[in-house]
Formats: sequence, structure tokens, C-alpha cells
Amino acid sequence: MTDADIKTTIFQLLKRIAPDTEPTLLKPNDNIRDTLGIDSFDALQFIIALNEKLGIEIPEQDYGKTATLEQLTAYIKTKER
Amino acid sequence: MIEFRMPSLGADMEAGTLREWKVKPGDTVERGDIIADVETMKGIIEIEVFDAGVVEQLLVKEDEKVPVGTVMALIRPAGETAAPKPAERHVYETFKSIVNVKEEIPPVPAPVHEGLRASPLARRIAAENHLDLSTVQGSGEGGAITREDVEKAIAERDIRLKPRPAEPATAPAASTENIRMAVAAAMSKSNREIPHYYLETSIDMSKALAWLAGANRQRPVAKRLLPVVLLIKATAKALREFPDLNAVWENGLQRKAEINIGFVISLRTGGLIVPAIRNADKKSPDDLMETLTDLIPRARALKLRSSDLSESTITLTNLGDDGADAVFGVIYPPQVAIVGFGGIREQPVAENGLIGVRPVLRATLAGDHRATDGLTGSRFLAALQQLLQQPETL
Repeated sequence: MTDADIKTTIFQLLKRIAPDTEPTLLKPNDNIRDTLGIDSFDALQFIIALNEKLGIEIPEQDYGKTATLEQLTAYIKTKER
Repeated sequence: MIEFRMPSLGADMEAGTLREWKVKPGDTVERGDIIADVETMKGIIEIEVFDAGVVEQLLVKEDEKVPVGTVMALIRPAGETAAPKPAERHVYETFKSIVNVKEEIPPVPAPVHEGLRASPLARRIAAENHLDLSTVQGSGEGGAITREDVEKAIAERDIRLKPRPAEPATAPAASTENIRMAVAAAMSKSNREIPHYYLETSIDMSKALAWLAGANRQRPVAKRLLPVVLLIKATAKALREFPDLNAVWENGLQRKAEINIGFVISLRTGGLIVPAIRNADKKSPDDLMETLTDLIPRARALKLRSSDLSESTITLTNLGDDGADAVFGVIYPPQVAIVGFGGIREQPVAENGLIGVRPVLRATLAGDHRATDGLTGSRFLAALQQLLQQPETL
């Protein structure tokens, strides 16, 4: 997947989890949860959705490595290899 | 006959607008069946029935707004015959006048009261108009009922039974503003009527978080648990020992048999909604996680059922990782307590003369001082703290 594909997928899943937010307005270094107002429940639903869509399992200890759009995109690329 | 009434879905609800009947007369219903959609300030709520039987009559029309407590339907309990019993007739007549049923006055003969003093003309007019003379106050000599008394009573009854135009269905769909107003009403009532006391304790969450991390490592992503399920379970379990906190204040303290935790869910658009997690003390952490996975998205989409909103016996508010250090809640009437959890923070903790850094949670209790004293609340928080040191038992 290209960076653009990954970002599109991230935006789609975030929109599904939190329909009243606008994920496409996220800047690369924005903290996703803080910017969109996503709580720990929705954050877990997002991680479950990523797992179902891309087959990527993010362990709890890696949550800190996926806080921003840029970090999450890079993390997904690493896991794809 | 069972009277199905407009339920109260919280202290902030005074009326609801019937949007759709999901049943029709003659339908069989079971306990828990959804029989109507009712619009409130908190959105369109699916209303469940709490008795099994056959729908006898629907008394409120769709798009009609009626006050809480209004009889909306009659349900005949399973096994009971269809014809209304004479004793029920009176009840039926009473509520019929309340809910403006458009129906002819039933042609039942007015009872004859031999002991009453009334002129022959008054008796005849009363009989022709199906008026029970025993309900008429006589103004004649020695309390005798006159023609004028009867005519006045008939006129008053007709006004009472005359169908009023249904209140226009102006209740707007749930909006941020409506929810704000619902919260405002409940919290203002609480602040006016409930003398709160506040307590706080700090809980070392090392063991609970370590247990959770271990449990989650062994699970697929979709089955992971959040720390809040341990907080819900520990609260519910501790409440078993403190039934005076799991209660309502309605003409005195009334303990509740079930421990139904009202779980505060904040809406991203502002405001909050508090559905109940029923029998939380009997649910495992996995069951509680499943319940949250069902409740939270429905609450955020404002698609809750009546039982979700009407059965809480205490409230729990959890600010989560990103929240403030502590929260001192406002009790949701008629409940008598609210438990609050702040964010979990790493803090220096002294133990056995040594200082270490631990994840610490500040837990608070706001209690209704009419119902309990600080000592009860303090013991409850101590029990909660102890339970969170033994997460494997939750």
C-alpha cells in the first residue's frame, strides 16, 4: 500500500468509528485522539477495525508509536513488510 | 388489565412524543419487547414492555405528546379474558379522560341509588345521560339533587371527556441543545434538592493494570479489555456491601435489589447520556466489555431503549486517560450517589518507608447526605480500593 492508500484507509475507519468527526482535516503531526476527541473506547474500536481491515495487530505497548497520522502510517508500513 | 404508561427516562423528563407504535391491538407481547418509539430530549428511545400479554388497546396516537405517567396502552395479561371486568371499567374511564380517547360514552345504565335524595326529573335526566347520581353534589333542600345539579354535572363531565386537539408534535429531534437542556434540568434539580458530601481516595493501580496487560496479551484484538471494566466491576461488587448507596431517595431511602450502574457517556458534540449497565456485579469483565461495546455506539447515535435509561441505581463517571486528575460528580436524582474516576497518573507513592512511582487513580464519591453519612461512603471507597488490589477476583 502507498502512503496515500494507508491514509485513505485510516480516514475511512476513523470516520466509521467517529462519524461526527472530520479525519481528513488531520495534519501529519496532530495527535489523532486529541484532535478528533476520541476516547479510549473509540481508540480500541479503531485498532480493532485496523486489525479487521489490514490484518495488522497493534500490541498495547505500541499504542504510543501510533499517536499521530504520520506515526501510524509509518507503523502500518513497517507491519506490512 | 395492565396499564402501560409513558415511562420516566430520568429526572429530567416530563413528557414524551409517541412517534410510532410497534404493535397493534391483538398482538401478543413478551416482557422486554419493544412496543413503541418515543421521542424525548435525548433522542428517539425504543420503549420496552415489562409484562407479557395481549395488546388490548392503544390509547395514544402517533405524534401525540403526553406527560410521563400517562396510560399509553392497555395490555391484557396472558390468560385473562378479553372482556373488561366491572371493577376495571372505572379505572378505564378515569384514564380515558386523561388521555383524551375519542370514544362514545359506553351505553351502560347509570346505577340506581335508592338512598339518594333527588327529584324525579333529576333522576330521569341522569339516567338518560348515563350519569351516576352518587357522584353529584346536591344543592337542594337537605342536600337533595336538583335538575340543575345534574345538568351541571353532565356538562362538566362532557368537557372532561371532550377530545382535546392533540398537542402538536413540536418536540424537535435530539440535538446538542436539547441534551444540554436535559442535563441542565437534572443537575439543577440535584443541586437544589440533594445535600452532597464528597470523599476522595487514591488507588494504586499497579496490580490492576498488570493483570489487564497480561489478560490482553492472551486475547485477540477484538476481545481486549479496557481498564474501565475493572472499575465498573469493582464498584458494583463493593456496592453489595453498601446497599444504602445503591438506592433512590423517594419519600425516604429505597434500596434497590439490582445493581445497575449508570455509565456516563460523553457525546463529542457536547452533553452526555447515562445508560444503565444492568446487574453489573454479576457480569464478568468480558461481559462488561461486551455491554459497553453495545451501549456506547448506541448512546452516541442516540438510539437507546427505555430500560437503558430508566433503571440505573447509581452513576459512575470515568474521565479516562486524557481526563483531569479527579472528578467530583453531581448526583443524578433520585439516585443517592455518584462514583467518579480521574485519569490514571504516575505518582510517587510511599510504602513501607520507601518511595516508588506507581500508576495512581483518584476515586471519588459524592453521596446524598439524607441517605448516608461520610462514614458509609468512606468504607465504600476503602472496599473499592481493596477490590482493585485483587483484579483476578473481579
